[in-house]
Amino acid sequence: MNWPLIFFAILALLSVGSAILVVANQNPVRSALFLVVNFFVLAVFYFTLGAEFIGAVQIIVYAGAIMVLFLFVIMLLNLGAPEALRERGKLGPAPAIVLALVFLSLLGGVGAIDSGLRPVNPQAATFMATGGTPEKVGLALFSPSLPWLFPFEVTSFLLLIGVVGAIILAKRRI
Amino acid sequence: MPPIPQHIGPIDIVPLIPYLAIIVILGFILAIVPGLIWIERVVISLMQDRIGPNRVGPRGLLQTIADGVKLFFKEDVQPVAVDKKIYYLAPVLSMIPALAAGATIPFASITVKMDNGTLRTLPMIVGDVSIGLLYVLALASLQVYGIVLAGWSSNNKYSLLGGLRSSAQIISYELAMSLAIMSGILMCGSVNLVEIVHRQAGGFWNWNVLQFFPLGLIATLVYMIAMVAETNRAPFDLPEAESELIAGFHTEYSSMKFAMFFMGEYAAMLGVSGIATTLWFGGWLSPIPLSVPVLGPVLTAVPSAVWFLLKMFVFFFGYVWLRATLPRLRYDALMAIGWKRMLPLSLVVLFGVAVWATFRMPEPPAAAAQDQPGPRVRMAGPSSPAGGRP
Repeated sequence: MNWPLIFFAILALLSVGSAILVVANQNPVRSALFLVVNFFVLAVFYFTLGAEFIGAVQIIVYAGAIMVLFLFVIMLLNLGAPEALRERGKLGPAPAIVLALVFLSLLGGVGAIDSGLRPVNPQAATFMATGGTPEKVGLALFSPSLPWLFPFEVTSFLLLIGVVGAIILAKRRI
Repeated sequence: MPPIPQHIGPIDIVPLIPYLAIIVILGFILAIVPGLIWIERVVISLMQDRIGPNRVGPRGLLQTIADGVKLFFKEDVQPVAVDKKIYYLAPVLSMIPALAAGATIPFASITVKMDNGTLRTLPMIVGDVSIGLLYVLALASLQVYGIVLAGWSSNNKYSLLGGLRSSAQIISYELAMSLAIMSGILMCGSVNLVEIVHRQAGGFWNWNVLQFFPLGLIATLVYMIAMVAETNRAPFDLPEAESELIAGFHTEYSSMKFAMFFMGEYAAMLGVSGIATTLWFGGWLSPIPLSVPVLGPVLTAVPSAVWFLLKMFVFFFGYVWLRATLPRLRYDALMAIGWKRMLPLSLVVLFGVAVWATFRMPEPPAAAAQDQPGPRVRMAGPSSPAGGRP
């Protein structure tokens, strides 16, 4: 028995199923709940790949983010009538087909279809062997000899701009 | 503690430790909650000059057992207009993360005499994973879902308000709590809880609460305030403020569903107290090391699990003390404390600890060197390749 493959299949079913239910559900609170399930399963994927740090951060960051989404849903809708948020004017199947084609071509572009389920990137195997512990990630992120420090700092600066911008937009008088 | 032989009969102890730890943690949390409630009621009645429970059993000890039996046999009312699936899911969601958070907390260390004669000290822990504290933070962020979903699915204005208050409160105080925890991580240079305890070995003056004085003390205080707010306990119990919201998010819950919220709250209290013990107060270590004459050998002879329990019960007593002493906060005061006082304070502390740690990494105590599963990379700053020791 190939236990890792069976485990992967269960996780894949869970993640794809919950992702479909996020879109297919009429009730916005349940959609948000399935989004939590989806992110949680994604975190388990990271754990199985040895990326423990990313897995934990996935839960911490996204669980908090979806909490805010919940609040939006609850505040924007009346209590007891969650079905009130219906989409007006259905787009029909044409955009769905186009988007599916784009998605498949993207999958083909990274070589996911013809390579089966093997890791495409040869570095992935070495990464799984060395592990994604917080120490490893931190040393890789902040060591001056590796190229990750500058993108990291730029990203944090971008987030700071986002925070300041949100405050400026929300407050009329500062 | 005398060392335990590696083989008891044909059974090898060492690989069994995680399973033993699971049994101990789950059994302990589920069995101790009635005791905790009894302690809380007795202590509060002493503080308020009342008698408290004294009818069922000796000194009222069986009162909470009786209450539990009563809850179990109560009618399970299900209101008509609730969202059924989520309504039944919410109590489960509030209890599971609280129970699971105990998995990375080392609550004791045992000395095993291996077959080849060497002694090994092993931590009692379910999963000695590298992301220890992050795992706990992740579960803490999942904890709020039980309360919010209970408030939303009940289809009751008061429940909804309680759920909304709870989410706003937890989002606000999680920031200060995470920043305080990050200061602790920086002091130890590790996220792994076993290593954090090893780094605090050698007496209570090495505990993180007294490290980087006074920054460690401030971070500890911030963590402790945030931990009371995170568990929705008095004076931060606005989600269930009975004078305004009937019973808040669990107004519509009866019998065992209510009991599960109750158990979840106490399990969460034990969890955050365990983290506080491990991160700031030396975990299972005794306050006086073996090297100090007279006191040292006596205090280190006490089993490590007893030390951990004692420290955790001090926190529980603090919870009860706060509840008996302080009135509930007004809502705007709650938000002002969280965002305008504790968040800037913990940011300053984090910055101070970071600067201090870059120039002076704390001396690794001798106990840290022994018994680590594989070499761990220390998170030293780039300016201190050799640990930066003077």
